[in-house]
Amino acid sequence: MAALALCGAEKTFTMHLRGGMRLPVVAGVEFSVEPGECVVLAGPSGAGKSSILRMIWGTYRCDRGAILVRDGAAMVDVAAATAREILRLRSRVIASVSQFLRVVPRVPALDVVAEPLGRAADEEPRAAAEAMLRRLNVPERLWSLPPATFSGGEQQRINIARGFLPERPILLLDEPTASLDAANRARVVELIGEKKRRGTAVVAVVHDDDVRTRIADRIVDVTQFTKPSEP
Amino acid sequence: MNGADEPLLIAEGLTKWYGRQLGCRDVSFDIHEGEVLAVVGESGSGKSTLLQILSSLMTPDAGCVRYRMRDGVTRDIAALTEAERRFLFRTDWGYVHQDPAAGLRMAVSAGANVGERLMAIGARHYGRIRGSALDWLARVEIDPDRIDETPQNYSGGMRQRLQIARNLVTAPRLVFMDEPTGGLDVSVQARLLDLLRGLVAELGLAAIVVTHDLAVARLLSQRMLVMKGGAVIESGLTDQVLDDPREAYTQLLVSSILPP
Repeated sequence: MAALALCGAEKTFTMHLRGGMRLPVVAGVEFSVEPGECVVLAGPSGAGKSSILRMIWGTYRCDRGAILVRDGAAMVDVAAATAREILRLRSRVIASVSQFLRVVPRVPALDVVAEPLGRAADEEPRAAAEAMLRRLNVPERLWSLPPATFSGGEQQRINIARGFLPERPILLLDEPTASLDAANRARVVELIGEKKRRGTAVVAVVHDDDVRTRIADRIVDVTQFTKPSEP
Repeated sequence: MNGADEPLLIAEGLTKWYGRQLGCRDVSFDIHEGEVLAVVGESGSGKSTLLQILSSLMTPDAGCVRYRMRDGVTRDIAALTEAERRFLFRTDWGYVHQDPAAGLRMAVSAGANVGERLMAIGARHYGRIRGSALDWLARVEIDPDRIDETPQNYSGGMRQRLQIARNLVTAPRLVFMDEPTGGLDVSVQARLLDLLRGLVAELGLAAIVVTHDLAVARLLSQRMLVMKGGAVIESGLTDQVLDDPREAYTQLLVSSILPP
């Protein structure tokens, strides 16, 4: 049974400050992801790959169709869910690694990573966060520092650690390896493999051909969902 | 439906006129424990009117506010007895004013400012009250050596942190905040925001934060109401409203600022 299914999902931006200009993003998005499967969304920049991830996460509202997420025995339609239902999915069902880390002033890297599990002051979340940071080769001297001053690659590894830490049935990955060196890319590929073996349904956007061939069970071409511009 | 699924506070059709001037119109929403709701909009949009009605400082012309009391019964706050309302103000609710001087007693010591809320609910043991005050000063990062000073000697950021300690010492379930970072320097704001964020998550309380600062809303809240001309024109998850604003006015707000 699918962990996630998009059924005719559609998104158009209406730009009121541009005279109500309508900017079609995607339409008729149709694919599903089984537990333990990794689906990679492919297509050129601007085809709507990241937008589809944001629709699943609930950041972008879905204008039409359904985005069904399995939560235990129930299926929740993100397109029709209340804010509270989406928050519950985010805290229990879906994990996500965005393209960039949103840094919060003063919060140390270790706390950022541990947050989805709890407070870094508590033994269990801290130990798990430390282990994940070690696997991603983040030097220990950085753990107690806020990531604002970190390099792009370091920030991205903090972001990855945070997204991979909780065990959730669904994992969304938006360019997780973009700013990483070969060794860390390999480490992320390894982590994705582990998630799949534990039954996580993964939806990823990756530009790196090598990473894509190593993680993808199936490739969904997003250009088929491109909606022609309206007159 | 079990207790945890019932809202802590429900606002229904809140409307307020000041003479012929509209304060707010038909505002409805609910909030659960552990949620932070941001109310954003520019000056005169009705944010502050709404906050005053919610916290029963003002009576609406129409609509009602219902609140789940500690005994689990949800009541219309307009129908509470004076004693019940006092209990809410002294214990179960916090109210963080933009100007700390409005929420503190400026002529008494920091320790007394925190201890007063405890004494109001019956604490009498001096040592324990002082112990709680010291603990709370530490939690809001105020040097315990300064417990006997009055807030007049404190900086703006310290006063605001003291006001937060004074509010949270009674373990409220709901905290109202009116522009909590309003008058502060940016560096001081960051510290306060981080502190608030940590405390709200740790204590699992509900908070309604009125702010015109979208970055503050992004950092603190999970849900957001956008107000304009007294009405809620858009609501949803905070990231949804900020990253996929639907209404023209919200798009204008979001596009008018540096990315939060």
